[in-house]
Amino acid sequence: MRPIFDPFVLPFVISMTFVLLYCIIGMIRIIFQLPKEDRRKFLRSLIYPKSALKNFRDLVNDCLFHTKIWKRKPLLGYMHMSIALGWFMIIIVGHFESITFSPLRGLEVPFMQKMMSNLYLPIFFRYFAIEELSLKAQIFSFLMDFFLLMIISGIFIAVVKKKKPKKVGMKRVTKFGIKEDMVRLSLWTIFPLRFLAESSIANIAGGSFLTKYLGFELVFGGNYNETLSMVFWWLYSIDLAIFMTLLPFSRYMHIPAEALLILLRNAGLKTTEPRKGYAVAEIYSCPSCGLCIDVCPMSEVKDNYKNTAVYFIRNIRKGKRRRDVKNMTEKCLMCGKCIEVCPLGIESLNIKIAQRKKTYYKIKSDFSYLERLQDYKTTRPQDDLSAHSQKTLYFAGCMSHLTPKITRSMTKIFKLANENFEFLDADGSICCGRPMMLTGKINEAKALIAKNTELIKKSGAKKLVLSCPICYKVFKEEYQLDGIEILHHTQYINELIENDKLNIDRSDKRYAYHDPCELGRAFGIYDEPRNVIDNIGLLTQGKSDRDMSACCGGSIGSLTMSMEERDEITKNTIKDLTLNQPDEIVTACPLCLKTFARLSPIEVKDIAEIVVEGLEG
Amino acid sequence: MDNVDLKLFNKIEALNPDINTCMACGLCTATCTAGNFTDMSFRKIILMLQRGKDKEAIELVKKCMMCGKCMMICSRGINTRNILLSITRIYNEEQNI
Repeated sequence: MRPIFDPFVLPFVISMTFVLLYCIIGMIRIIFQLPKEDRRKFLRSLIYPKSALKNFRDLVNDCLFHTKIWKRKPLLGYMHMSIALGWFMIIIVGHFESITFSPLRGLEVPFMQKMMSNLYLPIFFRYFAIEELSLKAQIFSFLMDFFLLMIISGIFIAVVKKKKPKKVGMKRVTKFGIKEDMVRLSLWTIFPLRFLAESSIANIAGGSFLTKYLGFELVFGGNYNETLSMVFWWLYSIDLAIFMTLLPFSRYMHIPAEALLILLRNAGLKTTEPRKGYAVAEIYSCPSCGLCIDVCPMSEVKDNYKNTAVYFIRNIRKGKRRRDVKNMTEKCLMCGKCIEVCPLGIESLNIKIAQRKKTYYKIKSDFSYLERLQDYKTTRPQDDLSAHSQKTLYFAGCMSHLTPKITRSMTKIFKLANENFEFLDADGSICCGRPMMLTGKINEAKALIAKNTELIKKSGAKKLVLSCPICYKVFKEEYQLDGIEILHHTQYINELIENDKLNIDRSDKRYAYHDPCELGRAFGIYDEPRNVIDNIGLLTQGKSDRDMSACCGGSIGSLTMSMEERDEITKNTIKDLTLNQPDEIVTACPLCLKTFARLSPIEVKDIAEIVVEGLEG
Repeated sequence: MDNVDLKLFNKIEALNPDINTCMACGLCTATCTAGNFTDMSFRKIILMLQRGKDKEAIELVKKCMMCGKCMMICSRGINTRNILLSITRIYNEEQNI
């Protein structure tokens, strides 16, 4: 007869109760911090079958299988899946096993002990069990051993990753303090200790290929020693207790927090406050994996890797060093690569914008002068305004006026394609509002947006072509231009080519294409510009294309970055782009164009320019 | 010049040392988006602040749209946007009017 209780389970039971309470209270706090509207949205999303199904799918994919990491780095994907899925399955299968073969069967036990046994029995089941030879029991112990082996193989990769990050495809990893090291060590030792504890008693409790044959026969030489066995069970329980107690204060908090974040995200919520509600869920979900360090353009300058998303989030979480947080917020280029690569999809840029909103500016903007602006083309007689419905409107944006090559090329393309077009801001435009939004001055940006909306609506056109991805982003997201189709000129030119409206001579010139952040990562416009270039010449591959394309360095997202630091980023990006010896660099953003042109050894052109060259050649 | 109180300007200077490399070439003024519609001129703002004409400078600062073209074009690589933001943070509208 085995006992049904032993004091060694107490450290685990106490720490587990603590963690469960901590997580539940934390979750309730986050939900209460959400704005009322968001909270309602969230609760509703939990009930609707469609969103509930999506929640379930995402929880399984992201929390257990870690499909996002698999896609980028298969070895790291396996590491996470083996530990997460393995652990989860051990808990689930362990529960079924302990219910089926409970040592409490047929016994009269007090209610409290029954409750407590629900916590510890599945975890320490082998200690309280007697080997059963039925097929069902054998299948259970095989499954338990299988998942235990899976976890141990994952931990093996984790140890390799810690010692030699390059072996798993990481250049730089996050640096940690002693506390994090301790938690990690406790996590790593949980399962080897479980293996030893279960093996040491396998002659009584039974087991499968791992614990019984490998563990008991080989490691313990087939001898059962009660004292030694007790030592391992105690160590296993204490180790679990250390991990569970420290979990809420370590990066492993991402394990419970991620589940909540997925639910909140699927409800369509966004960060509005830098330290409340959704942002808190994001901050606690950061596992400090450091995948964002290698991709961040700022890491090019040696000491600037300390400003990357993972350190930013860690600083917020620590709740100290507000100055550091503010400086990091203002330095970020807002290119969005960290979000693209983040396995949890933490949108740190939204936290940064929310943080920037908090800055107090004593002097308020005054755009009253815009009221006097009646029409962009003040020189043009206002007679044909009503006949514009079939016209295509071209809005170059303020940035494109710095690069007249683009506006001239676009005008030519419109003419050659026989398009009935109107160049709305030929005499200069007001800013689209995106740069203002990036500084966190949302209300000021809204004033600019309102004025532009008014002027564009006045023209009555149904199609709007933009030349600047910065404009494109804010036009798509903030402008309410009902019924007007908004296109970036890469999309527009691609349409013209597909409809055979442009006859381009293909040359054998080699082009490298640079994806502007606000066009590629923000809207996934990767194929249109590539189609266009395919029709003009040869497209060469850069070191990192598409969603991993690097920032040009000129981004207006950063407020404080100095020109020297920007130049380092620009040089590096040019190096990446010219990897396969292109003749020219092609981009689709006036800001990128201007930034590259200063430092590039080869010519930099806008996509519209090379189209015009192809037309003339 | 001696009577000018440069306390606030010195604060800007401490945050943005590059402000002193300005040679008043006027590229920023030529490209300014707001300058297309008003008398906004970043070069003028710096000169005014250095000479203690805070009130006039602030009137210009208010018109900025933050587009960042002046920063792209600046021949001295001055981070004009951040200087402008620093001014709106440090100078106080009420106090000078």
